[in-house]
Amino acid sequence: MAPELQNARKTDTVFRTENLNIYYGDFLAVRDITIEIHKNKITAFIGPSGCGKSTVLRCFNRLNDLIQSFHMDGKLFYRDQDLYAAEIDPVEVRRQIGMVFQKPNPFPKSIYDNIAFGPRLLGYKGDMDELVERSLKQAALWDDVKDKLKEMGTDLSGGQQQRLCIARAIAVQPDVILMDEPCSSLDPISTLKVEDLLQELKEKYTILIVTHNMQQASRASDRTAFFNVEANAKGQRTGYIVEYDRTEVIFQSPQEQATQAYVSGRFG
Amino acid sequence: MATSTSRTAMPTQRSNSSRLLDKGFVWVTGAFAIGVGLVLLAIAYRVGTDSLPAIQRFGLGFLATTRWSVNDEVFGALTQIYGTLVTSFIALLIAVPIGIGVALFLSEDYLPPRIKQPIVFLIELLAAIPSVVYGLWGIFVLIPLLRPFGIWLNANFGWIPIFSTAPAGPGIYAAGIILSIMILPIIAAISRDALVAVPTEIRQAAYGLGATRWETIFQIILPAAFSGIVGGIMLALGRAMGETMAVTMVIGNSNSIDLSILSQGSTVSSLLANQFAEAGGLQVSSLMYAALILFGLTLVVNVLAELIVRRFSLKL
Repeated sequence: MAPELQNARKTDTVFRTENLNIYYGDFLAVRDITIEIHKNKITAFIGPSGCGKSTVLRCFNRLNDLIQSFHMDGKLFYRDQDLYAAEIDPVEVRRQIGMVFQKPNPFPKSIYDNIAFGPRLLGYKGDMDELVERSLKQAALWDDVKDKLKEMGTDLSGGQQQRLCIARAIAVQPDVILMDEPCSSLDPISTLKVEDLLQELKEKYTILIVTHNMQQASRASDRTAFFNVEANAKGQRTGYIVEYDRTEVIFQSPQEQATQAYVSGRFG
Repeated sequence: MATSTSRTAMPTQRSNSSRLLDKGFVWVTGAFAIGVGLVLLAIAYRVGTDSLPAIQRFGLGFLATTRWSVNDEVFGALTQIYGTLVTSFIALLIAVPIGIGVALFLSEDYLPPRIKQPIVFLIELLAAIPSVVYGLWGIFVLIPLLRPFGIWLNANFGWIPIFSTAPAGPGIYAAGIILSIMILPIIAAISRDALVAVPTEIRQAAYGLGATRWETIFQIILPAAFSGIVGGIMLALGRAMGETMAVTMVIGNSNSIDLSILSQGSTVSSLLANQFAEAGGLQVSSLMYAALILFGLTLVVNVLAELIVRRFSLKL
């Protein structure tokens, strides 16, 4: 692990951004993001489609680096370390900051190998069986799969697959878990299971979750950022943060009219 | 009552001609599909019956003897079977790693699309070159080019049986190399399709866990594309075993078996191409027998391919 990132684990503000502008080529996708993410809290990003919630989320583990036209200005600090500094290796960043995706995406491997993949990359020396069991238990999946660890992860149901992906993310013991609409392809029962899981996970991890579902944000999160989008003269749609506060403030007494309109269901 | 009859009538009454057209279409396409299968069976039947005299005369010994004497009417195809397998093996040995490497390079985002597309096109164009052109190129370019290398191999590594003869110009190794170039586009194109078909989500999952590009390729993408790649290799092997013209032109067509790949040899298909025009009697039957064996070999390869693909195919 890079020493810069190791030291970074000590402070209480996990992420701090200053005036992030995110571009795809010439197109300004998101502007002026200034936000602080707190330790062991669940922070939700809500807002209408195309407002750049996921784009911002993917900056936090430098997954946007995979898109060739992506570039960014402004500052993004992970525990006082500039995450986009030249000496920072994005691969190291992603080992600290795990991610769960919108569509469950288990590897076409056994359940066991899905979990063991990350730890093996890191050269995990401990008892792998024990780590697999612990990760699956934390993801509330152990009882479903303990007798079929050799079966394909892709054969599980959608909800189980998503919990497998959460277990896979936990297995490398990250500091932060980013979740990009993790419940959007799940049925209501699986969704509730994942939400319950979030409450347990925040004891150990800092969680950022993008969601389309306002009830989910109000039920599950501690802090909420409301994103909106506006079009410029050329019709290009740029996202920005309207309001960021404790979740109950956003849902019960928001300062901005747009937030009020959105959380009461008048648009979006 | 008048209103009730109009109500019971079907909302859209299809005309008879439209139904007939539907039925006719099913029949015509069905006949095409069955027809193609029948052609295969008819060929197999003809080759089988024509080879019967040779099968009765030589039995399975045909597969194990090397003598091919038109005057004595004694025939054995071991040399050719050996030549077919060895040239195909050399071809795979060269073309598989290169083909998969090419496929990997062209399926990842190393190059901007406007440079990548022409390269993909050029590689696929390799498959469009007629095999007689490959043969000519082999005779006039490849063999002279390989000769010093063959002499060097024989001089320095002659103690290894596969390099134990002085190169005579044409030979098994030249045939293997020509074949490798001919099957390269098959392996590259099919492998690339298989690699590109691996879902982006899986790729991102690996990157999201902190895998490097190489870890992602070797541990996730290649295994996920494995069945498709094997399918491509098997298809290429089938092509290599059956390829006739280019091989006949560069292999030397000698009926002698030698472990050395620098020596001359022949394959089943080159034997057929060389001898059919002037053959008669038992010789024709023996050639048919050899053809049947080639038929069997490619069938085995295809069945194996199917089995491997099924065994390892991954549900994504």
